[in-house]
Amino acid sequence: MIINRDLCDICGSCVAVCPADAIEISEFKVTILDEVCINCLKCIQVCPIKAIKEGN
Amino acid sequence: MISSKYDVVVIGSGPTGSVTARYAAENGASVLILERDREPGIPVRCAEGVSHNGIAPFIDIDQRWIASRIETAKLTAPNGESAYLYNNGIGYVLERRLFDNALAELACRNGAQLLTKANATGLVWKNNRISGVKYTHLGQKKEVLCDLVIGADGVESRVGRWAGIKTDVALKDIDTCVQYTMVDIKVEKDTIEFFFGTDISPGGYVWIFPKSEDTANVGIGISGHMATEKGPKYYLDNFVERHFPKGKITCRVYGGVTTAKTLKKIVKNNIMLVGDAARQVNPLTGGGIAQGMHAASIAGKIAAEAVKREDFSSQFLKKYRKEWDIRLGNIQNTMYSMKEKVINMSNDRFNRLVKVCQGIPRDEFSLKKLFTEAVKGDPKLILDIAKAFVVYKMK
Repeated sequence: MIINRDLCDICGSCVAVCPADAIEISEFKVTILDEVCINCLKCIQVCPIKAIKEGN
Repeated sequence: MISSKYDVVVIGSGPTGSVTARYAAENGASVLILERDREPGIPVRCAEGVSHNGIAPFIDIDQRWIASRIETAKLTAPNGESAYLYNNGIGYVLERRLFDNALAELACRNGAQLLTKANATGLVWKNNRISGVKYTHLGQKKEVLCDLVIGADGVESRVGRWAGIKTDVALKDIDTCVQYTMVDIKVEKDTIEFFFGTDISPGGYVWIFPKSEDTANVGIGISGHMATEKGPKYYLDNFVERHFPKGKITCRVYGGVTTAKTLKKIVKNNIMLVGDAARQVNPLTGGGIAQGMHAASIAGKIAAEAVKREDFSSQFLKKYRKEWDIRLGNIQNTMYSMKEKVINMSNDRFNRLVKVCQGIPRDEFSLKKLFTEAVKGDPKLILDIAKAFVVYKMK
């Protein structure tokens, strides 16, 4: 998954739906760990600002 | 001065974290709160509406953090017809930044320590037992030891995951939300408004929570499983264009609100989850402040009791779960069943609901009257009426 950091508001909605615990969040950024991600795409659907896209 | 060992470490200084810390500290535990941001209450990611009864048990009402006092709710159906709900008690639109700070101060006055700019990154394990928290503070990696970790780290919670608790929710159990704080608009200062309809907000609603005569939080939540590529911003922009074409936006926030049941597991050995992190949110309204503070008051007291008994086993900590279920958890389950039904409600039913509300004179308005009227014309409307009432009562 690719996060557009210019759009991301660091709201954490993606973390709440991630079944694989593939998403880390800090004060400054959200990071999706490709090696843990199972490509379920839930984060893409829940993101309120559509900041996440498929890809590496 | 921050020490290297506490009885309890609370992660997150939102209302839930601060109330948990305050009750634990007040009852004798040594408590450290770790806050990721530079102060409690920022960034605000909230519609800021609460009922008086929801928060009054946990803090003295202070005008400093109240933007407006709410006396009425107004529902607008998809066909544009509106109805007012009267006589359902007082509510407030908060200034969350100040509210959260007040609660954190209360925790500190009662003995808790607060460390801001401290981002929790993991748990410290010793002999397969949770015994502390790893965090970064001002660019340095640190550790603090404790007997009990309390995750109050919000919708984006990771604390439970670190302990092996399943915390992810289904797409149908989360609303994806956008909110604009708007100025130069005309609103009724004592009235919160809700707009329903499948074209307005699929599986959710639009809210207008006034902060003064010409400012308000205008937001939308749509059910995650109905969020297509359009997303909530598309619908909110449409709404704003129609209702406030000349309004200006001073703040934009994005976020998720869970509409799930409380997690199956909210305690394990040496760990508890509270508030949004435990999904202790009203599934019908998305309201989580009062629920979180209520859960926090239970969790904080039981944490202190655990310290006194030196028993941090899940078996003992389950007392918190039991009490939560009795006080609000079981009600949350009922709300969840109602949400499951109303999430697919048709525009026609919303129209009929508002019509029933319109038929009741202001001074005769009561929940009982509403139910009676609803049963006369359309027995199945009871559920819808209940939803409308609950929106106002518990938001």
